[in-house]
Amino acid sequence: MELLAFGKTGWGDELFYATLMTIAVSITAMLIGFFFALIFTPLKLSKYKSLNLIGNFYTTVIRGVPELLVIYLFFFGGSGAIMYVASIFGYFEYIEINAFITGSVAIGIISGAYSTEVFRGAIQSIDKGQFEAAKVLGINKFTQFYKIILPQMLRLAIPNLSNVWQITLKDTSLISVTGLVEIMRQSYIAAGSTRDPLFFYSFAAILYLMLTYISMKIINKLEIKYSRGY
Amino acid sequence: MNIFKKTILTVLVSLLLICNVYADKVRIGTEGAYPPWNDTDASGKLVGFEIELGYELCKIMEHQCTFVPQDWDGMIPALLMRKFDVIMAGMSITPERQKTITFSQGYATEPATLAVMKGSSLESMDTPGSINLNRKGNEKILKTITSALAGKTVCVQTATIHQKFLDSGDVGSVNVRAYKTQDEVNLDLTSGRCDVALAAKASFVEYAEASGNAVITVGPNFSGGAFGDGVGVGIRQGGDDAIGKRDAKLLKDFNKAINTARKKGIISKLAIKYFKDDVSM
Amino acid sequence: MDFDLMFTSFPKLLGATVVTLKLLSASLFFGLIIGLLFAILRLNKNIFINKFAYGYSYLFRGTPLLVQIFIIYFGLGQIEYLRSTFLWVILKEPYWCAIIAFTLNTGAYTSEILRSAFQTIKPGIIEAGKSLGISSKIIFYKIQIPIAIRQSLPAYGNEIILMMKGTSLASTVTLMDLTGVAKYIISTTFKPIEVFIVAGGIYLFMTFIIHNVIKFLEKKYSFSQ
Repeated sequence: MELLAFGKTGWGDELFYATLMTIAVSITAMLIGFFFALIFTPLKLSKYKSLNLIGNFYTTVIRGVPELLVIYLFFFGGSGAIMYVASIFGYFEYIEINAFITGSVAIGIISGAYSTEVFRGAIQSIDKGQFEAAKVLGINKFTQFYKIILPQMLRLAIPNLSNVWQITLKDTSLISVTGLVEIMRQSYIAAGSTRDPLFFYSFAAILYLMLTYISMKIINKLEIKYSRGY
Repeated sequence: MNIFKKTILTVLVSLLLICNVYADKVRIGTEGAYPPWNDTDASGKLVGFEIELGYELCKIMEHQCTFVPQDWDGMIPALLMRKFDVIMAGMSITPERQKTITFSQGYATEPATLAVMKGSSLESMDTPGSINLNRKGNEKILKTITSALAGKTVCVQTATIHQKFLDSGDVGSVNVRAYKTQDEVNLDLTSGRCDVALAAKASFVEYAEASGNAVITVGPNFSGGAFGDGVGVGIRQGGDDAIGKRDAKLLKDFNKAINTARKKGIISKLAIKYFKDDVSM
Repeated sequence: MDFDLMFTSFPKLLGATVVTLKLLSASLFFGLIIGLLFAILRLNKNIFINKFAYGYSYLFRGTPLLVQIFIIYFGLGQIEYLRSTFLWVILKEPYWCAIIAFTLNTGAYTSEILRSAFQTIKPGIIEAGKSLGISSKIIFYKIQIPIAIRQSLPAYGNEIILMMKGTSLASTVTLMDLTGVAKYIISTTFKPIEVFIVAGGIYLFMTFIIHNVIKFLEKKYSFSQ
């Protein structure tokens, strides 16, 4: 138990902050994922082949390659790309992108691919008549998507989005390879330093179980709330 | 449309805010998992020989410095990606690494050695106390080691001089198992998954002392050849653009600072403090 | 971009793909058995058996695979008592540790997939079998299981792809699978992007194959035939 003490001698406070970090990265990544999904879902549903291709490329590649590889690629390629863009604008100094943002975006790209699929499925199950009605009323495509389709879609998507959330939450454990100190990284450091991997990895498992349990409870409440009136 | 524009704007602005720009700060990449060279303590702080030495060198150079933790296997790629400016991570100066990056003069050197658990058959391995691969006439020792390692699982940390040596064929074809950190090598040496491990001598001594496990070093102390010429500060190769010039200057600064620190006895003092032995060079 | 490196590393990575496929097929094989077993336990009316099966699937679905593989490899390796038992023969090998972790993980997901497939079988089908005088054992093995398998094909196809991607974590316990060899090449060339792109391409190709095989099977065994 003294291994979990708070303060200088134990790992309790470190693991507590690491848990907060896992939660923060998961939420940020989920939101970034939504942002990606909002861009790629319309592409996937577009009637233009070339736009379809872009949308499909994103979801196929990200869902077909191990998360670990996506994270490595983003970690090593991402900063290089940003610095390359900066150099075009004549900026050659060092640009440091905060580890939290790197991690969240990397997980967000993965999470976004799954969200895109969920949104696509939800939109496709919306009554076709709604699209026609909007067309008849002369509402433009953009408004149609954001004001009519999106709100309905979100309700239909909540059960599947809860799966995406679970995937996202667990994928954050892989971000430990980039050095962001979340639950897995902190347990890794603690296990190395104390030479007690069994204890710390088991404790990490308990922390993840706690997070999945609590988030499931919250999502169930949301589901009940949003299905009111149906 | 409005919402869309706003979102994009918000994202751009926040991206700008989080991109910290360091113009004068020297960022030093280290592993934080290779005691006594570098380690992480229970409060999550980086500690160890190189951490203290790094700050001393920066004081001499009158640079502001900060340490950046980085996993060992991504150390050189991360340097090339400019995640940090220099490496101080117990990294030996080897010709292979010099193809990609450059090094300051060495600041410390420490032999590599094999280690086993007490009671291993390798304990009785009969070799001279040390072997320098740069010299000739090592055939007999290497032959002894080759036959001792035959059929054994030899564990090393990945991407190290130790792995390079085992892969080189100098000791025949060895069953090598590579781990992400030295901690993991030590754990599996204790568990018995590894028959024998190869690493810097100090890391075995440190582990045996801290864990109370009966890890003992066997065979000769290795140096030269694949083991390189001491540990130095890894820096990007200079170039003609602004960053290249800065890197070239950083190399000069570090070389000068190491000279000064050596003359003042700072390196020896720190070496004795962390290694209980003057491993400075 | 170092295209030379991409060309020279391709055959090495392809060789490592064999390890990845071995890990995948072994885990799927054992995982399917465990999944089926636990799906049946989940349908059991005894609350303890039921809860036990649920606990297993919850534990392995609620934690990251990386944690599971670390507990099994590094964690169990620390228990001195375990090292003196016959289990150590298996746990000593990183290869088997990885397969155990992957099996338990995919077994948990598979049990959920099969359970929901069993539950969606229309009661009429079972009743029809009963009224024809077929014993409930035969109904289970010859009617319920085949229907459940067909029913769960799409979801199981996804699980195979997820597991294939999951095997990349074997590299964290020293195995030289596709990701492991990619990391090894990077450790000597220091060019992560090129190597990871080639490795990613190979994974993507495997996903493509699995996806299409499942699609083919779905068509072949569709009810509308």
